[in-house]
Amino acid sequence: MARHTLSILVQDQPGVLARISALFSRRGYNIESLAVGTTETEGVSRMTVVVNVDQHALEQVTKQLNKLINVLKIVELDDNTAIARELMLIKVKADDQSRSRVLELVELFRAKVVDVSGDAVTIEATGSRDKLEAFLNVLAPHGIKEIVQSGVVALARGGRSIADRSNKNPDRSN
Amino acid sequence: MSEQITGAESLVRSLEHSDVDVVFGIPGGAILPVYDPLMDSPSVRHILVRHEQGAGHAAEGYAAASNRVGVCMATSGPGATNLVTPIADAHMDSVPMVAITGQVPSAFIGSDAFQEADIRGITMPITKHNYLVTRAEDIPRAIKEAFHLASSGRPGPVLVDITKDALQARAEFVWPTHIDLPGYKPTTKPHGRQIKEAARMIVDAHRPVFYVGGGVIRSQAHRELRQLAELTGIPVVTTLMARGAFPDSHAQHMGMPGMHGTVGAVGALQKADLLIVLGARFDDRVTGKLESFSPKSKVIHIDIDPAEIGKNRYADIPIVSDVREAITQLIPAVTSEFDAGNRADLTAWWITLNHWRETYPLGYDQPSDGTLSPQYVIERLGKIAGPETIYTAGVGQHQMWAAQFIGYEHPNTWLNSGGLGTMGYSIPAAMGAKVGAPDKTVWAIDGDGCFQMTNQELATCTINDIPIKVALINNASLGMVRQWQNLFYNERYSNTDLQSHSIPDFVKLADAYGCHGIRVTKAEEVDKAIEKSMELNDAPVVIDFQVHRDAMVWPMVAAGTGNDEIQFARDLAPQWERGDD
Repeated sequence: MARHTLSILVQDQPGVLARISALFSRRGYNIESLAVGTTETEGVSRMTVVVNVDQHALEQVTKQLNKLINVLKIVELDDNTAIARELMLIKVKADDQSRSRVLELVELFRAKVVDVSGDAVTIEATGSRDKLEAFLNVLAPHGIKEIVQSGVVALARGGRSIADRSNKNPDRSN
Repeated sequence: MSEQITGAESLVRSLEHSDVDVVFGIPGGAILPVYDPLMDSPSVRHILVRHEQGAGHAAEGYAAASNRVGVCMATSGPGATNLVTPIADAHMDSVPMVAITGQVPSAFIGSDAFQEADIRGITMPITKHNYLVTRAEDIPRAIKEAFHLASSGRPGPVLVDITKDALQARAEFVWPTHIDLPGYKPTTKPHGRQIKEAARMIVDAHRPVFYVGGGVIRSQAHRELRQLAELTGIPVVTTLMARGAFPDSHAQHMGMPGMHGTVGAVGALQKADLLIVLGARFDDRVTGKLESFSPKSKVIHIDIDPAEIGKNRYADIPIVSDVREAITQLIPAVTSEFDAGNRADLTAWWITLNHWRETYPLGYDQPSDGTLSPQYVIERLGKIAGPETIYTAGVGQHQMWAAQFIGYEHPNTWLNSGGLGTMGYSIPAAMGAKVGAPDKTVWAIDGDGCFQMTNQELATCTINDIPIKVALINNASLGMVRQWQNLFYNERYSNTDLQSHSIPDFVKLADAYGCHGIRVTKAEEVDKAIEKSMELNDAPVVIDFQVHRDAMVWPMVAAGTGNDEIQFARDLAPQWERGDD
């Protein structure tokens, strides 16, 4: 089992998210994270799905996804050749005594404070999964009150866009 | 301004443009607007069924018999949910079908309105694609796309759900000139290099087998298959979905593989060194325990659905293609290998295969108490009705015997529910088949359990002059379940006794439906009853064959075991070895 990031271009039509998520659950694959948004092309949305599966299952789920009529293209983005980011909002306990130490950590991780109150600060942090995990570890002793996290979004490095990459059907025979 | 017509009218016109000649359905509130213009259609005949499940299976039977798209129609809510079983069935068996359902008005969607069900959501995992149409002007495009999707690539069911307000609104009718589905580009032509490699592997193999699936029938590749088989001299097995794709009488045909396959067919797959898989999907009923399935073979897998390749079994040579196209290209590729002198000797393989075939032929015992043998009935039916007849079956023992003992010579003459295993398929599918192939005799071989799930469609048959014939293999039990209880549950027959030798009286039931009813309890009455039925074409015929209930389907590979553990009769395993392996 390994973590794989799939970038899926879909026609922006009602029900398309349900079709994709239902396919994962029906075939017995668990989605670790999912992010959906519009793209540079009108009528086309992009879903970034992270799944934890072995290679055989990845091939199978990719082929099954390709069978969905609304799916236009699927590309696997691997960690070495793509940039992956997620966004996290973290509410941490911070009173007059601890606030400066929390702010130091915020500075260190290049995050930012987006809200302050007498007993807490809310921090906005973006980064790779590893970085955010490390950040949470150092904040934990101060008392984390609440976390909300986006799904991973990812883009391949270099000048080419997903639209330039070879087609949706990565079958060995074609 | 151009002509404005209602969405309902535009739906009917779209069906006419799609060359639909028959729709099976039942009206109701949300679909009602369609039924008014449907009355005036010069080319679309609507057949009013008695249950929407019947409409769906009839559409399947129509499609499977005629290679055209079957169409069924229902209203919202329960009408639509009653279509779920046949839609799932069509999805599993790749049957081209378009299901049209009415939906509550768009303003009511999500409000739990009367007869509201989210049929698009419900059928997402069991359709090739589906639509919810809420605007009249979108109807023609949805219908055109639905027919294209249902019938191209790997065929399957497509559902079009249309809200009542879309059916009532007016819009200009524009029949789309082209189809724009950028995410749907089925690969229908094989890769040339893969074909060459496949040909090389085929001529080199010493124990090759053609493992033929239902895809050969859907792509109408039976002629090309026969040509390739005769060119190579390689043995053929046809799966439950492929019965008729290759003549049963052909010397190279080893029969049906799988859980109730012949010893010869199962053995051929198990001991092969090469499987040439044509439009088949390594279903668990064929492979048995996957780990011990055909352990020494390489695999050439040809299928139009890339997701089937490598799903259950690794393919050494994967070929995504329409199977007819691929076979057509394999023929010259193999020929040129032969011309170059590359041809493995299959003599030893055929000695082994013929030994299995002669030692373990299909057979059955006559009941010792003088009661009727179900296999005998089916065997006689196949002999008397012949290979030009279309046979449908339900699911269970009678289905397996029908697959084993009829003798199929042509494609599209054996219709059954293979993947989903839907009891009740037989009668409505026979009705649809008779409508799709009116010049053919259609026999529904059904069990008494199955028959009691959908026999109300006999009313539809009688009223609409659809004279199907029913061979009811009545063992007064849920026979296959009873067989498993006998073998695996200590003969504790929990809830499998249907008592249908007395209740209902099927002859009276046939009479009540305006059908001819005949009862047969003795072997000597069998031929006469079948012959008489063949002459009765003014109404459907039901023969109640009251048969022995302890007959079992053999051979059998018990669920969860490997194919090597096949038994050709109770506690009797074949001897595979002849010194070589």
